[in-house]
This record gives sequence, structure tokens and C-alpha cells, in this order.
Amino acid sequence: MEDLGEIVGEFLMESHENLDQIDRDLVSLEQEPGSRDLISRIFRAIHTIKGTSGFLAFSRLEKLAHAGESLLSRLRDGVQPVTPETITVLLLCIDGVRSILSSIEENGSEAEVDIESMIVKIQAQMNAPTDAAPAAAPAAEAPAAEAETPVTVEQEASAARPSPEPVADQRQPLGQMLVDAGAAQPSDVASALQQQIEGDERKLGTILLDEGKAQPAAVSEALQSQAPKRSIADSAIRVDVDLLDTLMNMVGELVLARNQLVRGVMEIGDSGLVRSAQRLGMITSELQEGIMKTRMQPIEHIWSKLPRVIRDLSNSLGKQVALVMEGKETELDRSLLEAVKDPLTHLVRNAVDHGIEDPERRIASGKGPEGTLTLRAYHEGGHVAVEVADDGAGLNVERIAQKAVENGLLRPEQVPNMDKRDIMAMVFQPGFSTAAKVTNVSGRGVGMDVVKTNIENIGGAVSVDSTPGEGTVWRLTIPLTLAIIQALTVDCGEQRYVVPQVAVLELVFIDGNTTKVEYASGAPVYRLRGKLLPLVRLDRALGLEVGGDQGVYIMVLQADGRRFGLVVDRVLNTEEVVVKALNTRFKDIGLYAGATILGDGKVGLILDVSSLARRSHLAVDSERENVAEKRGQGGGGTERLLVTAVGERRVAIPLDTVTRLEEFPRDRIEHAGSREVVQYRGQILPLVRLSHLLGAYGEELEGDTVSVVVYSEGGKSVALVVDRIVDIAENSTTARRDAEEDGLVGTAVIQQRVTELLDVRRAILAADPNFYSDAMDDMLVEA
Amino acid sequence: MASRQFATFEVDGQLFGVEVHTVQEVLSYNEYTPVPLAPPAVGGLFNLRGQVIAAVDLRVQLGLARQALQGPVMNVILRGDGEPVSLLVDKIGEVVDLDDETFEPPPDTLSGPTRELVVGTFKLDGRLMLALDVNQAVDTYRATI
Repeated sequence: MEDLGEIVGEFLMESHENLDQIDRDLVSLEQEPGSRDLISRIFRAIHTIKGTSGFLAFSRLEKLAHAGESLLSRLRDGVQPVTPETITVLLLCIDGVRSILSSIEENGSEAEVDIESMIVKIQAQMNAPTDAAPAAAPAAEAPAAEAETPVTVEQEASAARPSPEPVADQRQPLGQMLVDAGAAQPSDVASALQQQIEGDERKLGTILLDEGKAQPAAVSEALQSQAPKRSIADSAIRVDVDLLDTLMNMVGELVLARNQLVRGVMEIGDSGLVRSAQRLGMITSELQEGIMKTRMQPIEHIWSKLPRVIRDLSNSLGKQVALVMEGKETELDRSLLEAVKDPLTHLVRNAVDHGIEDPERRIASGKGPEGTLTLRAYHEGGHVAVEVADDGAGLNVERIAQKAVENGLLRPEQVPNMDKRDIMAMVFQPGFSTAAKVTNVSGRGVGMDVVKTNIENIGGAVSVDSTPGEGTVWRLTIPLTLAIIQALTVDCGEQRYVVPQVAVLELVFIDGNTTKVEYASGAPVYRLRGKLLPLVRLDRALGLEVGGDQGVYIMVLQADGRRFGLVVDRVLNTEEVVVKALNTRFKDIGLYAGATILGDGKVGLILDVSSLARRSHLAVDSERENVAEKRGQGGGGTERLLVTAVGERRVAIPLDTVTRLEEFPRDRIEHAGSREVVQYRGQILPLVRLSHLLGAYGEELEGDTVSVVVYSEGGKSVALVVDRIVDIAENSTTARRDAEEDGLVGTAVIQQRVTELLDVRRAILAADPNFYSDAMDDMLVEA
Repeated sequence: MASRQFATFEVDGQLFGVEVHTVQEVLSYNEYTPVPLAPPAVGGLFNLRGQVIAAVDLRVQLGLARQALQGPVMNVILRGDGEPVSLLVDKIGEVVDLDDETFEPPPDTLSGPTRELVVGTFKLDGRLMLALDVNQAVDTYRATI
């Protein structure tokens, strides 16, 4: 491309943009065939290409463009109507132009592209309906110098890139405005214009002012109202994306240098320097923001190619699809936009191919023949969500499960316990496809996993939700930008780590007195406003030496919808850090989202909060938490609990399972085999010590008596030995989470203390393995 | 006669060499950020003019004890595949021109981790230089298997 010269390079770039616009306009034209605006716009764009290619001596390109233009002029003059066939032929013509352009770009010549067959098609289209006059000569009024917005940097906030009208259409002459406003006489304006024509180089306003024919205020007002109407083309320039990237990197470095400088200045403490540093800080932030903005582009940029994709695909599949776009002005960093493009196209193709049904099927299931595909983009908590929603048949969960089992991705026994959404997520597994037949569009089993990988590579996430018969929603969650994030720096052990601030909900200092870490059978928890927050020690998670529980900080973090506390030694400050990709050799560790250069010039690792949560098995816990909560809600309201002390722990036993509370003299305990028993009301009562069962630490209490909880069922009893009966409490079954340990069903906050809930059945079986089976027999005998 | 240039360095008294064109630069650096849970051969990360570079501890790769990363350590920064990667070494040697004639495959008696890292032996005046396979030398997962 270098040897083609600047003019050709610019022509290529401009034409590609024009062609994209033409594509869009043609598809719109098909929807509203009567729109003369659209026709003229397409006409002008193609005319520009034709004109320039003639000038640059690309004769074949000129010929093809001319043929397209002729057909268009017939449409414009109403000689023949706009039909889907005409649109198809015109799109074909545009594709031809495109391939000539790429041939020019690749080898500088246009020779290899077959345009003759296309021209024949176009002519056939022109001759088809009527044998009216041959193609009208190219309309003279089409302005050739029309710069279609090439904009990378736009002054206008409306980023919708309309093709600008010629300047003259928008901008009223100053004289006209003054006359309209009654600030000047038409005759004065005419004479001033006459002076200009005769060689007076002064501006019209100046002439009028100098001659006292108008008020200065009126002239400047008119000038001002004239000014903003200049076209976008005047206020925008083309900027090389590489240059923007370089600027972005340099600003990144500047942010780092600023951080270092500010730190150094703070240490010196000179007030003059501090002021300068603060000013530098502000300027840097603004500069950074400005540069970031230049890289932001509306998502429409990648959506704009989709109407064509959908049109072609639905036509070839015999489907009817209407496209709805919501939030197309949502902006994303350019590099992210690039990365999202292919996954998005794939999802759209997939939705048209598999999501939306044939018209017959749709009618049969009581829907309109035309399916709707909705593209939606919106901001959501520091992320951008992009959804591809169809109103088709929805995903077939059973078939996905069956397929997953067939492909060995799931075991059959796993399926019944799985969440519907988890099963649907199987479609993102490599090598998975439920398509009954392989079409040339999708169904080859490649794609969804690639979508997932691509999105995850840029730090995003993919999910799918579907309602049978109503449709499917694919959702991409994408970070706003990759380059710079707000982060908290924390200390853990000797090292400093970086936590992205989006994940941080709040910080809690643990002084060991009013706030403290508690343990539920070894699992650290913190009571955050009455709810238990599972804790992850960063030092433990990183395999470092584990520190104490006092004088540490808990960062309350949220990731993947789960909340947990990360215990670190010290929280330092908030900083903007530039994310640097980590070498692939560290990917497998999974704990780091990247690295950055800290204020002191050292490298700091950025923690990946969601994988930290996953690694600490929080995921498993939180699922069980849901189950526990559902169970609790099913049981309805509150239950009464007997709270006992076992060693240093508090263990609660559901009161409705307790028959009596007793105290036995210690010397009445006898041994039968390996078991401890007491004689009680003419029965032999097996004992089980909860301290042994739960592996509670602490010494056996010395004393003359032991406290037991007696449990009876079907004429049989067992006794659970505890250290002390504490209280009877009501528990609202909230704030409860399941424990890992055997013999417990979970933990809860009861009377402001963490209390473990005893698995009574297990405890009883430990005392008397035959307890339940015999009881059953008895009952049978009785029956 | 064909000859090649090698950058040489020492680890544990043994002279090693890599072809000069694979080397980006050589420098001494003293602040490394450890990467918990990374393979043992990863010495740490450091900041090279705003770029984050992983330092691979050649001692660990050769089956020796880790470098004590206190005070300055010499880095041989290799261009690597796409991004630079550093080898931590004891001492930097000279750049030498070596004839292909002085090359021999590694001796059969050479075994252990070193054998897998070495492509051959060059006979220098008075000592032997082992030519490293650059890709193997920076492969931090190799040593952990």
C-alpha cells in the first residue's frame, strides 16, 4: 500500500467507509422503498466512488460503479420501483466494488475481479420491468466533493455519523440572515455583495459594519448562529489509530510517573512542590480522560454491519427477521470493540439460524411469522452489557443435558441436581452443538466456546438465559476499558498487591475487640451487620505464611454474584493503575488478572477477584447457602433451638427433637463395649459426647455431673453429652450457611454469636447405629 | 568458515552461552516482585522501562537451589517469543566468536536437568561452554514436571 501514494490510500479508506454506509442504507431502503433521501444518499456515495476512480484511472471500478449508478438513477427518477431483487443486485454491485478495492489494496491493480457478470446482472435488472429509456446520464447535481464522515474524532456528541449535507445546504449566507432578522436592508446587502464581487476582500459583515448599515451586535449574533452549523466534516479530522494507541500508552506512562512524583513530593513535604504536583496530577487526569474518550466509539460501529448479515442470512434460510437495536450510542474502548465484533456476529448468526423459527413454525406456535432479534447495549456497574435476544423457540434444556452426557461433559447423575442455567452454560463448552443438522452457518460445534474464550480474554463474561417458547438472551459483559483501572493497593506479607476497585464493596478494620474474625468449625467468618461473611485469607490463598487475626483489614468483595471478605494486612490507597498483560506462563495460576507498575516503580500483581473466590471454594458454599435458605423458607419462619456449649463452641439442637434435659453424676457412666452408657428409667441409654463427635478443642470439663440432652423416638433413647446448656433461642433461619464439617448442618448467628447447628440424625447414629432401623422394625410390628 | 557469536554467562561456576541475536540486553536489577504459586523457576517480576518482565531463575532450571534475590542480580534479557523474558544468572561473561568446528553435541555423561537445556558444547581455550536451548531455558513448566 505504501507505493500506491497517498491519494489512492485515502481513496481506499474513504471508499470503504462509504461502502459500509451504502450497505446500511440499502438495507434500510428495502424497508422503506419510497425514501428519496436514502436513494439520493446512496446515489451520491456511489457517484463519488465512480468520480474518483475515473480520476485515478481505475477504469473497471469506474465501469462497475457507473452501472450501479445507472440503476440507482432509475430508482431515483421513479422509472422503476425498489424491489428486493433490485436491492440484492445493488448489494452485489457493492460487493464487487469492495473486492476491486481490496484487489487494489493488495496488489495495486484491479484486473482480477470479474465485473462483467455483475454488470450483466445489473443491466438485466434495469431492463426487466419496463423497456424505458436507457440509463439516465449521471446526474450532474450530485456533489462530487462529498466527504462522507471519516470521523475518528468527532466534535459533535451525536456519534451517529450521519452523512453530512453539503455545507451550502446547512449554512445560510450571512446577508440572508441579517435581512431575515431585520438587521439590514436587502439593498445594502446586495450592494455589499456587489463590492465583494468587484474585488473588495473584506468580509460581508465587515463591509456592512464599516458602512454603518448594520449593528455590530446583530452581525456577531448572526455569525454565532452561523458558526455551529458547519458540517461535521469541517470539525473532524482523521486520526491514525496507531497514533491514538501510542498516545494512550504514553499517557499510561505519564500516570505512573505522576504517581511516583506525587509520592516523592509528599515525602519531601515542600508546600510549593506539593501544589505543583497536585496541579500536574489534575492535568494528567484530564489528559488521560481526554485520550480515553478519543478511543471510545459507539457500539453502533460494529452493529452497523449486522443488518446486512441478518438480511442475507434470513433470506437464505427463508426466515423473516426484524432487527431492533437499543442503546447503539453506548460507547466502548476501540480495542474492546474490535474484540467483541466477531463473537457478536457469531451470536447474531446463531440466533437467526437456530433461535428464530421458520414462519410456519412460528405461526403454528401462535406467534407472528416475523421473528424479532434485539440487540441491546447498556451500562451496568462499571461494565457494558451487550445482549443478543431473540423471540424464538428457546434452548432445549433436556437436549443440552442429553448432549452433554453423550459428549462426556456431564455424568448422568449430575443432571437432575443442576441448575437450568448451569445446564444451558454447557453450550459454551468446546465441541458442543445441539444443531440437528449442520448448516453452512452454524452447527459445526465451533463457535460458542470461541465466543466465550474471546470475551474472557478481554476480561468479560458470557451467559445465556432462555425461556422455552419465548426466546433466548445471550449476554456479554464487557469491561469499559482495558488500559487503566481504579484499584486499591494492599499489603499482604512482604508484598503489595492490587485489587480492582469495582469489586470492592467496603473495608472493615479488625481490631480484635469490637470487630473480630470468628471461626465456624475452622472456617473464618465475619459478622457484617448480622450476616455471616465468609472470609478468605489472602496469605493462605497465595500459599504464604499465615498471619494473625488482629489488626488486619477485611475487604468486602463481590464477584460473580458472590460476596466474601478478603483478609489482608494493610490497605494503602486508591490508585489508578495501568494494566499490563501478564505473561502466559502465569495464566495457569489463575489468581492474577495482570500486573502493573506501582508508584515506587516495583511491579505489583493485580488480583483476579472472581478466581480468588472460586479457588477458595466459595462457589460451592454459596450454592449450598441457597439450598439451605430455600430449605429454611420451606420449613416456614422460625424454629426453636436449644443452644449448648461444647468446648469453646456453641452448638444448637432443634428443640423439637429434644425429649428431656438431664444431669447425670459422672460416676454413673458405665462402659458397654467401646460405648459409654448410663442406666436411665430402667433402660440402657447410650451416650455420645458431642465434643468427640465434633472434634471440639478444649479440655473435658471437670465436675461431678454431666449435662445431657435426651432424645427419644419409638421407645428408644440416646443421650448427647454437652458441656453446658446455654439457652433456648428462636432462630429465623436467615444468616445461615452450611459448614464443611461432618456432624453439622450449618452455622447461624444466634444471640449475636456464631452457633453451629447439629446434625441430630448423625449424632444419634454415632451413639446407636441401630437406632433408626430398630425403630422402624418396632413400628412395623406395631402396625 | 562459519562462526557464530555467543553471549556467555556463568551459573554455579559453569560457563553457558546463548546466541547473541536472541539477547535483547543485559542488566543488573535488584527489586523483584515474587509471584506466589508460580512455578519455582520463576524468580519474580520486574519493571524494565515500564514493561513487566518475568525473570526465570536459571539455577532452578538447572536443578540447583534458588537465587537469593537480595541485592542486585544479573539478568540476561532474551527477546523471547513475542515478549522479552529474563534469565537470572550469577555472572556475565564476554561475547565470543565461535567456529562451528569447535562445536560438539553434549557429552553422553551429561545428565539431569542440564542435559535437557543444552544443545551442545563449545570447546573454548581452557574451558567448555554449554550452548543453551533458549526456549527450553525459559520454559518454567518444564522443571516442575
